[in-house]
Amino acid sequence: MAETITTRLLILGGGPGGYVAAIRAGQLGVDSVLVEGDRLGGTCLIRGCIPSKALIHVASKFEGMAHAAAHGSKGGAKDGISLKSAPVLDMAQTVAWKETVVDKLNGGVTALLKRAKTRVVGGWGRFTDAKTCVVETKDGPVTIRCETVILAAGSVATALPHIPFGGDVISSTEALALGELPKRLVVIGAGYIGLELGSAFAKFGCEVTVVEAQDRILPLYDDALTKPVKAWLEKAGVTVHLSAKATGWEKGELVVEKAGETLRLPADKLLVTVGRRPNTEGWGLEEMGVDLAGGFVKVNDRMQTSMAGVYAIGDLVGEPMLEHKAAAQAHVAVEVIAGQNRRFDPASIAAVCFTEPEIVSAGLLPKEAEAAGHDPVSAVFPFQANGRALSMEAGDTGGFVRVVARKSDHRVVGLQAVGAHVSELSGEFAMSIEMGARLEDLAGTIHVHPTLSEAVHEAALRALGHAIHI
Amino acid sequence: MGRFVFKLPDLGEGTAEAEIVAWHVKVGDTVAEDAPLVDMLTDKATVEMTSPVAGKLIEIAGAPGEMAAVGGPIAVFEVEGAGNAAGAAAPAAAKPAAPPPEPVEAPVAAAPPPPPPAAPVRAEAGPAPAAVARAEGAKPLASPAVRRRAEDLGIKLGHVAASGPAGRITHDDLDRFIAGGRTAPASSTLARRTAVEEVKVIGMRRAIARQMQESKRRIPHFAYVEEVDMTELEELRVHLNATKRADQPKLTMLPFLMRALVRVLPAYPQINARFDDEAGVVHRHAGVHIGVATQTSQGLVVPVVKHAESLDVWAAASEVARVAEIARSGKGSKEDLSGSTITITSLGPLGGIATTPVINHPEVAIIGPNKIVDRPVVRHGQIAVRKMMNLSSSFDHRVVDGYDAAEFIQRVKAMLEHPATLFMD
Repeated sequence: MAETITTRLLILGGGPGGYVAAIRAGQLGVDSVLVEGDRLGGTCLIRGCIPSKALIHVASKFEGMAHAAAHGSKGGAKDGISLKSAPVLDMAQTVAWKETVVDKLNGGVTALLKRAKTRVVGGWGRFTDAKTCVVETKDGPVTIRCETVILAAGSVATALPHIPFGGDVISSTEALALGELPKRLVVIGAGYIGLELGSAFAKFGCEVTVVEAQDRILPLYDDALTKPVKAWLEKAGVTVHLSAKATGWEKGELVVEKAGETLRLPADKLLVTVGRRPNTEGWGLEEMGVDLAGGFVKVNDRMQTSMAGVYAIGDLVGEPMLEHKAAAQAHVAVEVIAGQNRRFDPASIAAVCFTEPEIVSAGLLPKEAEAAGHDPVSAVFPFQANGRALSMEAGDTGGFVRVVARKSDHRVVGLQAVGAHVSELSGEFAMSIEMGARLEDLAGTIHVHPTLSEAVHEAALRALGHAIHI
Repeated sequence: MGRFVFKLPDLGEGTAEAEIVAWHVKVGDTVAEDAPLVDMLTDKATVEMTSPVAGKLIEIAGAPGEMAAVGGPIAVFEVEGAGNAAGAAAPAAAKPAAPPPEPVEAPVAAAPPPPPPAAPVRAEAGPAPAAVARAEGAKPLASPAVRRRAEDLGIKLGHVAASGPAGRITHDDLDRFIAGGRTAPASSTLARRTAVEEVKVIGMRRAIARQMQESKRRIPHFAYVEEVDMTELEELRVHLNATKRADQPKLTMLPFLMRALVRVLPAYPQINARFDDEAGVVHRHAGVHIGVATQTSQGLVVPVVKHAESLDVWAAASEVARVAEIARSGKGSKEDLSGSTITITSLGPLGGIATTPVINHPEVAIIGPNKIVDRPVVRHGQIAVRKMMNLSSSFDHRVVDGYDAAEFIQRVKAMLEHPATLFMD
C-alpha cells in the first residue's frame, strides 16, 4: 500500500533554497517534508559552485608548479622557486578529491536537516495538484499532502538546439567530472561559468578556445572590470572568438561563423555554457495553476506565486541565479509561511566571478548608476599600490577596487573589484550597500593592514578627494 | 579656502548654555590655533575657550552678555582646506545668532536687547544636510535591521521621515514614527505628524523645572477643595468698583482673598511659614508675604506682595498690579521675587472646577481659587442661583495636619461668604 504523508510544509528541491527553507522551518516550528531525487545540496554544492572552486584551486596549484618547472634546474624564477621536473596531474584523483569536498558538505547538509527534524523523502516528486505531490521512492510511491509548498526546483543548463548535449558535447556538470584532461577544449559562451572552467582547464595545460556570440566577454560587467581577465586569457594562450556564432558540431570540430568567415575548431571536448534555464518541466508544475513570467515562476516579494499556499524561490523565480539569493528567498518564504511579515527586498545581490583574476560586484556599475539617475562619482584604487597585493604577486594584474557613490549625498550605490582573492571583499561590499553607507562611512572605518580591503578604504578616500597611497 | 564652524563644546555637567563674557579677538582677525578666543561664563565659572583652528575669524555668535547654547555655533573661521562647513552656501548653522556688533555704530550697551540665541541647529559634517527629503517614489534607505523591525511592526518605511545621513532611516526615526502614532494614512488632514522638535530646557524654563521638581519631590502634598458662596462678596466688589475714585485700582477678587488670609492666618501660624527641611526648622512668619503666581511670556513667575497684612484692599490691588507688571517685564529684583510665606495661584477665568496646586517650596501652603460661576444651590430649602467658587489648596503634610488645614479653609470660606467680617476687628 502506498504511503501517505501529511505535512504543513512541503519543500520541493534540496538545493541551497530548499534545504535552507527546511532548516528555517525547523527553527520556526513549521513541520516540513523535503523532497529531493538527487543528493542533498543542489547544483551549487554537487555540480556547481563548490566543485568548480575545488577544480580551480587545484588548477591554480598545478599552474604554479608548472611555472616553477618551466625554469627547470636552471633556477632563475622570480620568486626563487623552481622544480626539476614538471608536475604530473592525475585528473581522476583530482575529481575524486573534489568529490570528498562535495561529500563533506553533503553530509553536513544531511546532518543539519536531521537536527532541524526535517523529514527528507528521497525520490523525484510530481505534483498532481497544488497540495499533493507523489514521490517515486525506492520503496514505491509516497503521496504527500500539504498545506503549503515551497518550490525550489532550481535550474538546468541550457542546450543549444543545433548542438545538443551528449558524447563530447558536455555541460558544466560533466566538465567537473572528467576522468582525463581533454587536450583541446572549446567553450561556447564567455559568461562566468564558461570562463571559470575554461581558465581552469587552461591552467591544467589544455588548449582552450572560447567562442562568444556577443562582442565582449562577461557581459554583466563593464570593460574596466573585464580588462584584467582579458589580459590573463591572452597571456595564458586562451583564444577568444568574439561576435562568433557556433553553427554546428561535425566530426569533432565546432563550426563557427565569424565576420563572414567559417572557422572549424577541432576539440576533444566541447563545453556548452550558454546559460541556465529554470527547471519548470517534468514535475507537475502545470498541474498547480501557477502563473509563469518569462519562463520563470512568477512570484511577489513575499515569494508567493499566483496560487494560494504555493511559494517559489531561487533559480526557479528569476535572475540572478545565485545560491545566496535562493537562500535569502528561502528565509523570506518560510517566515511568511510562519506568519511573519517579510519581504524580499535587498539593496543589492553581490556576485563574484572566479576567473583569473576574480571579479566581484555589488550594487550598480558606474554606467548603471548614471542610467538610474544617481549622478554618480566613482573612484578606483589599484592593487598596484596595495602592499598585500604586491606581497602575493597580485599587484601587476591590473586589478583594482572601485567605489560608485552619489555626488549629492555620497551614498555608496556600487562597489566592484577585480584582482586576486577579491571575492572575499564581497561581504564588505554587500554590507556597505545594504546599510546605506556613505563614502565617509567607508573612509571612517579603519581597515586592517596589510590586507586587500585597504584598497576599499583608499577608493572611498579617493572619491572624497584625499586618498593617501596614490 | 573653507569655512570652519566652531560650536560651543560642553563646558561641564548640566550646562546647556553659557554667557559670552569677552572676546579676545574681533571679526577679521587672524587667529592661531589654541590662541585665546573668548571667555564664557557658566553657572560655575568663567572658562577661556581657545581657537580650535588657525584661520581668519569671519563671524561671531554674539556680543558679551549674550547667551550661547552648548552645541550651537559661536564662531566661524575661514581656514585652509575644506573646513567643516559647506563653502559658498553656508549652512544655517553657520549663521550667527545675532549680527555681530558694528563698532562704528552705537555701542553695545545702547543697542536694543538682542534676540535670544537661536536654537542650535544640528549640522552634519560634509555635504549632506541632516535630513534629506526622499524623492517621490524613491526606495527608502535603511539597514536590514531597521527594515526587519519595520516589517515586524507593519510599518511602511516610505512613510517614515529619515534623519540619517543620505536620508537613511534609523532606529530612532522608527521610534519617533511609532511614538507619533501610526493609524492615519499619509496626505490629507489625517497625515501623521512625524516632526519632533528638540527644545532645550534652559534659562527660565530650567529654573521653573528645577523649582517644580524640588517641590514635588520634597513635599508630601495633600489637596483640599471647598466650595465658597461668593454672591455677597461679588456684590460688594461690583459696588466698590462702580463707586471707586479715579485714582483707585479696579478690584478683583484677589485683594479680598488676601484680606481673608491675613485675617485668618494668625490663628494658624504653621501655615504661614517656610520649612527649611534640611535644617529641620519651620520658620513661622508673623508678616504675611503673599506670592502671586503670574504667567509671563517666559513662563511662570511668582512675585511677592510683602506684608499683605498692612495693606487694605485698595493698596493690595495696587501692589498685586505692580509686582505682576514687574514680573512680566522681566525686571523683577530678587527682593520682588522672593521671600513669600504663602502663595495664591489663580487662573482667573480659566480657573476650572478644581486644581491641585504645587506648593512653592519652601512654603507649606498654596491657595488656588477656581472660577466663580452661577450655580444652583439649596438655600433654606429652596433652589437658588448663587455665585459659587471652589477654593483649591495644597498643604505640606509634614508640618500641616489635615484637620488644621480644613479648619483654616473653613474660616477663610466663612470670611469670604460674610464679607463684612473681612473689615471688622
